[in-house]
Amino acid sequence: MHAGSRIASVTLLIAGSIALSACASKAPKQLPPDPGPTTTTDNTGTGAPVPGSQADFVAFTQGADTIYFDTDRYNVDSQDAAALQTQAQWLQRYPQKRATIEGHADERGTRDYNLALGERRANATKNYLTSLGIDASRINTISYGKERPVALGSDEGSWSRNRRAVTVTID
Amino acid sequence: MTLRLSALLSAAALLALSAPIAAQDAQVLPPVIGQAPAEEGLSGTVSDEAAWQDLGIAIPTFATDQDVPTQTNAGSTAALGRSLAEVISSNLRNNGLFKPSGPTGLPQPSYPQVQAPDYAVWAARSAEMLVQGYVRANPDGQLTIGCYLFDVSLGQQLGKAGWVVPPSDWRRAAHKCSDMVYSRLSGESPFFDSRIAYIAETGPKNRRMKRLAIMDSDGANHRYLTSGQATALTPRYSPDYKSILYLSYLNGNPRIYVYDLATDKQRLITENRNPTFAPRWSPDGKWILYSMASAGNTDIFKISSSGGGTPIKLTDSPGLDVGGSFSPDGSRIVFESDRSGNQQVYIMNADGSDQRRISFFGGRSATPEWSPRGDQIAFTHIAGNLRIALMSPGGGGMRYLTNGWQDEAPTWSPNGRIIQFFRTERNTGKTSIWQVDLTGRNERKLQTPVDGSDPAWGPIRP
Repeated sequence: MHAGSRIASVTLLIAGSIALSACASKAPKQLPPDPGPTTTTDNTGTGAPVPGSQADFVAFTQGADTIYFDTDRYNVDSQDAAALQTQAQWLQRYPQKRATIEGHADERGTRDYNLALGERRANATKNYLTSLGIDASRINTISYGKERPVALGSDEGSWSRNRRAVTVTID
Repeated sequence: MTLRLSALLSAAALLALSAPIAAQDAQVLPPVIGQAPAEEGLSGTVSDEAAWQDLGIAIPTFATDQDVPTQTNAGSTAALGRSLAEVISSNLRNNGLFKPSGPTGLPQPSYPQVQAPDYAVWAARSAEMLVQGYVRANPDGQLTIGCYLFDVSLGQQLGKAGWVVPPSDWRRAAHKCSDMVYSRLSGESPFFDSRIAYIAETGPKNRRMKRLAIMDSDGANHRYLTSGQATALTPRYSPDYKSILYLSYLNGNPRIYVYDLATDKQRLITENRNPTFAPRWSPDGKWILYSMASAGNTDIFKISSSGGGTPIKLTDSPGLDVGGSFSPDGSRIVFESDRSGNQQVYIMNADGSDQRRISFFGGRSATPEWSPRGDQIAFTHIAGNLRIALMSPGGGGMRYLTNGWQDEAPTWSPNGRIIQFFRTERNTGKTSIWQVDLTGRNERKLQTPVDGSDPAWGPIRP
């Protein structure tokens, strides 16, 4: 480990401890409302979306906010590359905007492995955007494993739609 | 939770309870569970499971010296006597053990008969074994519960045990009695007096609410620990039942928390922003094993469970190294890795050295769990469908225990004779917790208030 990365990890640790003190909370006792909708938003509003908003990103990418993977794979193929170039164009137009990449897996795997796989897919997506010139510090990743399917069937068509990485910009 | 379950008592003490010459009070002794002093009638291991599983066991209502109110949810001592017999009977029946009958439809022994059964009556009913007991309310509000096992054809007592319990713990006495009967007749270690942590699921497939929940081994004393606002996954009871490791999406990122059952507070296991998941305890409770993703790669770490220690990285492959389960002696860890191209099961020493693959079955092999007896590893085999399977720690003797569409995440009973797992229904995504014994023949669904997944069976309670 060279000096640069050591400084980086110390910084991470400090940031982590601040987060920890905020997280060590008492679990709420009362019954909660249903979980809210997933962070993948639809552009269902009327009129033109606000430039630079998540709605604008969805309208701009026209479905290319999501890329898809083969079973157990995380490589970015040529179709994915085109989608990520579209995403990168928008992100370059709005350089102050940050994004979260959500990595997902289909239901036909075990839970823990799918969490690792979702993380790996989100990270591969992030790396590709970084290679297109997007600053890595603008992009977070989160894995949902198999917890948030978008296609609800138990068939190859549904599974292929669920093996995905979705880019969500932060308004 | 401070549950006191003091074992009683000898035949002499029992007599003292029923006889008018009650000068000697019931003596509270340290627990003698699992070593009930008994004649060498059926000791040793019965090798053919089918032989003892066919034993007919009569379990009549437990007698009481005086029908008085109790602070239990079962009612008076007489009602409680019936409930005790019901719990024991369903324990043995639900687990495919023996052929229990009663308490419904059986004669009710009187209090003095508890120790001196009318063998002829039971022989006429073709009962081979007889479980009788009594319940007595103590002046301090505690309950004294006694449990006796008789061989009807031998006309002989095989085992006995007794406990003084607070009213809230009456079911534990029934579980301890079930354990005494089971251990005495099968030669196996007990497992009924144990608890299960799992994830309670509700809602549609794409908006599933997942809450941490706990229950007794028979589903009773159910309790939700989290609200469902943050998705909860993969709990593990600590060996001392004082806390639970689990994954929560609290504050957005999936990370492992330790939930303290006495205070209902939780803390992160490690001060790190990276996602952490797949938590496991070492058998002595001193270490926490977990997986952490960093820049797309996942490795396995361990950290002291007392908090604040430095994580020790155990794997260093470019593949996804996930999960892990300690051998019972804590010296080795079985885990999964896709370093060979897809998920397979590997073994390493507890310090991370000597990593080698043990699963060579075709398909993928995942979620290995080392048996508490040390001789088997349960895992999920993926070849199209997901099924629960067993192998030896050397990777030999692979065999399936289930044949569902999607069965995953095995967890062992404390005695290593039963495996729980969860089953996902095709299309609906509905989940349920199931268990199966090592023959694969006795498979049944556990009753949970809502859907359930990620079961984690804790050890036998002290």
